[in-house]
Amino acid sequence: MTRFVERHPAWALIIIIAIVIVLWLVFSVWPPGLEEAIGRKRVFLNAVFNGITLGGLYFLVASGFTLIFGLMRNVNLAHGSLYLFGGYVGYAISASTGSWILAFIVAFILTALVGVLLQVLVFRRMEGQDLRQTMVTIGLSIVFADLMLWACGGDFYQIQTPSWLIGPVELPLLTAVKSSGEPVYLRYPLVRLVIFAASVIIGVAMWLALNRTRIGMIIRAGVDDRDILAATGVRIQLVFVLVFALGAGLAGIAGVVGGTFQSLSPGEDIRFLLASLVVVIVGGMGSIPGAALGALIIGLAEQLGSVYIPTYAIVVTFLIMVLVLALRPQGLLARR
Amino acid sequence: MSVTHDARVQVHRPAATAPRPAVRGWPEFNNPAAWIVAIILLIMPAIANGFFLIEIFATTLILGTIALSLMFLAGYGGMVSLMQLTIAGFAAYMVAVFGTSDNANISLGWPWWLAVPMALALATAFGTLGGALAVRTEGIYTIMITLAIGAAFYYFTNQNWAIFNGHTGINNVATPHFWGVNWRWDIPFYYVVLAVAALCYFAVDYISRAPFGLALQGVRDNPRRMAALGFNVNAHRVAAYAIASFIAGLAGVLQVWNYRQISPGSVSVGACIDILIIAIVGGITRPIGPYIGALVFVLLRTFALDFLVKIGLDGNRFRLLIGLGFLAIVFWSSDGVIGLWQRWRASQRRETNRPGGGRGHG
Repeated sequence: MTRFVERHPAWALIIIIAIVIVLWLVFSVWPPGLEEAIGRKRVFLNAVFNGITLGGLYFLVASGFTLIFGLMRNVNLAHGSLYLFGGYVGYAISASTGSWILAFIVAFILTALVGVLLQVLVFRRMEGQDLRQTMVTIGLSIVFADLMLWACGGDFYQIQTPSWLIGPVELPLLTAVKSSGEPVYLRYPLVRLVIFAASVIIGVAMWLALNRTRIGMIIRAGVDDRDILAATGVRIQLVFVLVFALGAGLAGIAGVVGGTFQSLSPGEDIRFLLASLVVVIVGGMGSIPGAALGALIIGLAEQLGSVYIPTYAIVVTFLIMVLVLALRPQGLLARR
Repeated sequence: MSVTHDARVQVHRPAATAPRPAVRGWPEFNNPAAWIVAIILLIMPAIANGFFLIEIFATTLILGTIALSLMFLAGYGGMVSLMQLTIAGFAAYMVAVFGTSDNANISLGWPWWLAVPMALALATAFGTLGGALAVRTEGIYTIMITLAIGAAFYYFTNQNWAIFNGHTGINNVATPHFWGVNWRWDIPFYYVVLAVAALCYFAVDYISRAPFGLALQGVRDNPRRMAALGFNVNAHRVAAYAIASFIAGLAGVLQVWNYRQISPGSVSVGACIDILIIAIVGGITRPIGPYIGALVFVLLRTFALDFLVKIGLDGNRFRLLIGLGFLAIVFWSSDGVIGLWQRWRASQRRETNRPGGGRGHG
């Protein structure tokens, strides 16, 4: 942190000012002039919260993508299909058993199994051929998309939110003060907050697992130099299978999450593939903290953009990507 | 990089095998098969009726030309760009926006000879800018960035109503009429498409043997050595993107004249990936590959439904068939249909040689 401030004083100043402005926007009661200029504070706060929770979902999808890429140099363009597959599995489980938690577990296990099969049957045969692997994932995503269209049809599905999570909660954030002097607090859906908390917990757990355990050490070593790691006697194929299973399983969990607070339909696979591509390009390929930062930025940009400049929202996301590529082609938090 | 690395074998072969033909730059002139294909293509309107002429052959040539721009980038530059269809779609949108269409509040109503150069210039600029972004990273990242550009453009056209008219797109785009000919009639349109496709094909063929093309192939094979030799690696790559964007833009103009409308569905991510499939299935080591791939793709797309129903399967599984075919090609032939053909030719030659060898022993 201090090193960053010493090396880039101007950037650090800009970032600090931006953070202060955002904090002021969130916590203060807006003066009337500001409300006239950019609309009600409730709208703004809702957009910010939607952006942060959407960022949590993007992080779940993109972290698996970036983990697989970082270790195996495999751009898994079938990652969106794994997301959608997890969502459909979660829907089937929650519709038949009524258990939301069980849907997560089964979706994780099944998508992880698909990931293991892919790694063992397909990618192991063409190791080190990045481009060919990527082509294969493109072919697989087409096949998966059509198989899922065959099995589930073109309908929209939404996973039932469990009853104990339905309804809004009141947050200790002022949106306005009534003329009678009574404060009005922000109300926000509980399920989104719980899901966001869960994605933060998963992110922290992943960070701890990568930085504090032996297997995490092996994976980090593999990201840096997988040939040397293999030469030291680590059974690298096993590590590959494990990481692929974890990355795919995370996509499956994300599918259940996305199916709960958005909906599942053909085409969502492409949407989330694009989201994870942009997130890892912005955050830095192969970096978990980068995926978290990228997901937050993209989620916020998308939601704030769709509130304040509706017909150009996607351009904002895209401009962020262009800006990052122009200034820091390796991504914000990548080391190389 | 196994998919792209074989192209270098092809480059010097004509000069090495042919005993100094009169027209050294154009090995096609000595190949009887090329002449037969050219003559068949020229007299096609006499053979095929309107449906085959436009829906099969003109569509093949248009898709093949878009895939040709990808082949040029991937085969000679080593850059697999998934945004070639997006560039073509951008050119198509620009023709619709600057030209005449049913959406009078969007279209500016320029004559076609003004709208088309404008569209081509803008598409080339768009593709060059995208390329300048993509060359900031290397290899596998190119796919991700160009895919992100393509997908962003698709969602943008869906959201934006001021220029792109949202998800309904722009309908009834005017096609050129001059010299008393409606150039969208089947036969004149077929010849326009054929002329453009031939122009692009020979241009790519020529560039691949011109100094620029050779330098580009050097950049593909060893960018560090080329940089050490004094070549500006990134400038070559961006220039390759500019050329490919122009080719894709030409095909995009033809596409919008062909369907007379353009909508976000035509620039969807699936369509972008179709172009990659066409190029890979045909083979990305030679300019003829994309056209072969496009013919296979269009035939499959048109007739797969009847075929699947006939053998008792669900006719809607066309994309499954395409995906499996693509997987098979990627698995077993890194050089698409051309590679399979060459391997078959090589095995034939070995077989014709073998009897001779056998007699010697007996």
